Amino acid sequence: MTSPKPKSHVWTTLLNEYGMVLVLLFLVITFSAMTLQQMDSTGAEAGREVARLIADQHGTSAVVAVVTATKGGDEEFAVAANSALQEAGVTVAVTISGSPPQVKQALEAAVVKHGRIDAIAATGDSAGLTLFDRIEGVGSEKCVSVEPSKWPKFAKAENILNVANQTAVYAIVAIGMTLVIITAGIDLSVGSLIALSAVTTAAVIQMNGGGDAGTGAIVVSCIAGLLAAAAAGFFSGTMITAFRVPPFIVTLSVMLMARGLARRITDEESISDLPQKFRSIAGSTELNLLGYEFGLPNPVILMIVLYAIAHLIMTKTIFGRYVYAVGGNAEAARLSGVGVKKITLIVYTLCGALAGLGGILQASKLSGDPKLGVMFELDVIAAVVVGGTSLMGGQGRIFGTLIGALIIAVIKNGMNLMKIGSSDQQIVLGAVILIAVLIDTLKRRGEGA
Amino acid sequence: MVNTSPLLQMQGIEKSFPGVRALSGVDLTLQRGEVLALMGENGAGKSTLIKTLGGAHQPDAGTITIEGKLVSLSSPTAAIVAGIGVIYQEFNLIPELNTWENIFLGREKSGFFVDRSHERTRAAELFKQLGVDIPLDVPCRRLSVAQQQLVEIAKALSQDVRILVMDEPSAALTPQEVEKLFTIIRDLQTRGIGIIYISHRLDEIFNIADTITVLRDGQYVGDAPAKEMTREKMIEMMVGRSIENEFPKQAAEIGEPRLVVDGLCRGTAVRNVSFNVRRGEVLGITGLVGAGRTELVRLIFGADRRDAGEISLDGESLKIRSPQDAIHAGICLLTEDRKSQGLVLCRSVRENFGLPNLKQFSWFGAIGQKRERDAFGQYVDSLSIRIPHQEQLARNLSGGNQQKVVLAKWLQQNAKTLIFDEPTRGIDVGTKHEIYQLMNRLAADGTSIIMISSELPEVLGMSDRILVMHEGQLKGEITDVKSATQEHIMETAIG
Ligand SMILES: Nc1ncnc2c1ncn2[C@@H]1O[C@H](COP(=O)(O)OP(=O)(O)OP(=O)(O)O)[C@@H](O)[C@H]1O
Ligand SMILES: [Mg+2]
Repeated sequence: MTSPKPKSHVWTTLLNEYGMVLVLLFLVITFSAMTLQQMDSTGAEAGREVARLIADQHGTSAVVAVVTATKGGDEEFAVAANSALQEAGVTVAVTISGSPPQVKQALEAAVVKHGRIDAIAATGDSAGLTLFDRIEGVGSEKCVSVEPSKWPKFAKAENILNVANQTAVYAIVAIGMTLVIITAGIDLSVGSLIALSAVTTAAVIQMNGGGDAGTGAIVVSCIAGLLAAAAAGFFSGTMITAFRVPPFIVTLSVMLMARGLARRITDEESISDLPQKFRSIAGSTELNLLGYEFGLPNPVILMIVLYAIAHLIMTKTIFGRYVYAVGGNAEAARLSGVGVKKITLIVYTLCGALAGLGGILQASKLSGDPKLGVMFELDVIAAVVVGGTSLMGGQGRIFGTLIGALIIAVIKNGMNLMKIGSSDQQIVLGAVILIAVLIDTLKRRGEGA
Repeated sequence: MVNTSPLLQMQGIEKSFPGVRALSGVDLTLQRGEVLALMGENGAGKSTLIKTLGGAHQPDAGTITIEGKLVSLSSPTAAIVAGIGVIYQEFNLIPELNTWENIFLGREKSGFFVDRSHERTRAAELFKQLGVDIPLDVPCRRLSVAQQQLVEIAKALSQDVRILVMDEPSAALTPQEVEKLFTIIRDLQTRGIGIIYISHRLDEIFNIADTITVLRDGQYVGDAPAKEMTREKMIEMMVGRSIENEFPKQAAEIGEPRLVVDGLCRGTAVRNVSFNVRRGEVLGITGLVGAGRTELVRLIFGADRRDAGEISLDGESLKIRSPQDAIHAGICLLTEDRKSQGLVLCRSVRENFGLPNLKQFSWFGAIGQKRERDAFGQYVDSLSIRIPHQEQLARNLSGGNQQKVVLAKWLQQNAKTLIFDEPTRGIDVGTKHEIYQLMNRLAADGTSIIMISSELPEVLGMSDRILVMHEGQLKGEITDVKSATQEHIMETAIG
């Protein structure tokens, strides 16, 4: 019976597939609206912005005058512009605040004294004065000011990049967790494996000269960290497949053992004497996009690449299909010729390896600290679950997890910007996770399970 | 005052699922003491209709009256209270609970420390009444499909019902158990209980039914007293065309032995079984429930580990340790329990079809989805699988259509030896016919086929040779199938 899909069906499918994206969009818009800030043409913020514009346009050799009236915010503008200009190495010829005749007089004096004025940092009102054109060597075209505008703090490029950077490591580790949960398993050890990998990497660097270690040593140490975590994942997988110990128990044990091991390796110390090259792993790459230059954090780049690969693997390859089948019905999968044990083993090993990668990034960002990644697994599991992957196994999407990780990061960041206390943040996050699972359960019931 | 209104009346029942109109205005009337056979092709809407009666689905429109009173069956509990007992097509047993705990689930006497010994005794009585020997204290997941079915029947019988609905209760049973079931049904009938009986086995319908109601594509087609109905007429009402010959067996040219099994053993379930199947041959294996047929083929397929025995294919000795090995060698098994062993219910039908076949469609591990879709599309047509689209979840298919998906997935393998464990379980007459023709074609291409079936007419109609099993051993071999009879087989099977 191939009846055409009724309209309502199309809508429910859309909601099912993209519901989480809508939630994310909603959050972004809400937080943008709630962190909306008035930016005036005067005041400290405007002063700094004007200084930045002048420094960009004219370079450090410029001679600049700062001109304001005496209204509210003007003094802050003058002070902020002054200090920002000086910080940028620009010469401030004169700072004038007063009535138009006073301005005219002081400016003329400054032109005489310095021979020229290249730019005038002005508040919005002062920039409107006509007197500039009447002074020799000056002109109203030299005035730089900002338009009064509103700009949401949340939606600033800087803040968005910051959110992405903070999410990246969670999101990368969550790829492995997604696979594990799709097989109807769980991995509680990822937080500890981050620490294990971080200290292993840092310890190997230390053995090879610490802060002076060369590129070769860094590569070797990263491989060591990755392998340590992957081996732990392989161990979990072996216990689960060969001895049928429940994943919860196995990975709980590995979580404890890996943490203890990490602490032993460094004797409870944190290794922070790391070479600059290693530090730059989690640094930024300068990109030029449509003429707009910005630094994209390497973890974010890595995250995007890994998600693209994982998505292709899970949707387009035999391996991905098998992972879903193993989680949906292991017995049916086995009787269809799927190597259930092999697949499970690979999945846990991959999950360990990705946690290891997370550990290397954390070590590069922070240090080789055995206390890294405590409670990390809970955030990662939350991201996976919020992203719509069912703990029953057999269902879930890689990009769902990315959206889930972003939702959690956006909520955290938004609440920080709104200066909500960490206790209230916890309450909200807990509720969000619960609601996400509730939606999933209701959806499932709708499908007649 | 004698109530003259019918026991049950369902009127204008409608039900839609996303993309599927399962029922569009179905009427049904059931009298006291009547056995009503509900007939229709796979996906006609039979199970959906009785799920609305059992309170498992809420109809979109329509009314249900019991003894003239309008009832609202908003939940399974409401249906039980209204005196409706339902045996669903898909079992609802809790795998970890034992048989009697399952039978009395939800109806335990309340209280903290309950003496449950009488429940156990009552369960034993029910099994005795059914004439079956089912262990009382083992968890239900360890029971065979047929045994689980019998537990479901016992569960329904243990309730005090006015209306008893059975959705394909006999699909997994052998004639012996079916006969016992019929004795019980006739007894219930004399006590004024109305029974709705669903089955794709036409013989049974003529044996037990008083009236026959036919559905097609979610619509009421008609009803008639069973006495006035003929087999041909009923088939035509169901499938909309007539079928000449129910078992269109075409003997293929039978060649060399292909699969040779020697001295296969596993515990007491399978004891020293040796046989062979030749090229182009259809070998029927039959026997009573628990005779070890399923266990035997699972050993050949590597699904269970064997204690001893040799297996060879085309003269080559095989080391089969897992289903993977067996499939690789060219042996495929269609398992008897589609829900727990055949399908990944939470995935789409296309993915289920592809599961053992992905290597055929792939290039270095990347799946050619179009090739997979096209291959499956051919089976959707040839087996008339009713799905709104290939992405439909396997869970949402009717029982018979699920079976067809499993069948398609193994047919695509082009195996040298195909083992079918109850291949037509729950499949309608029209499609059965298609499947039989498919078997003919496969045999003509030299495939050897092992077919386990509890449905004796099918075994007799389609096999070239029949093996009869009893208590894990081969009890007899029937080479002259044409002159064999059902009685003959049953005698051998009982031992
Ligand atoms: N939960 C569901 N979601 C979507 N479609 C469904 C669902 N349940 C049933 N259907 C569809 O409704 C139609 C009727 O199904 P139903 O199970 O009633 O058939 P049936 O007559 O019992 O068939 P069979 O003989 O194969 O058991 C089928 O097309 C089936 O795919
Ligand atoms: Mg049905």
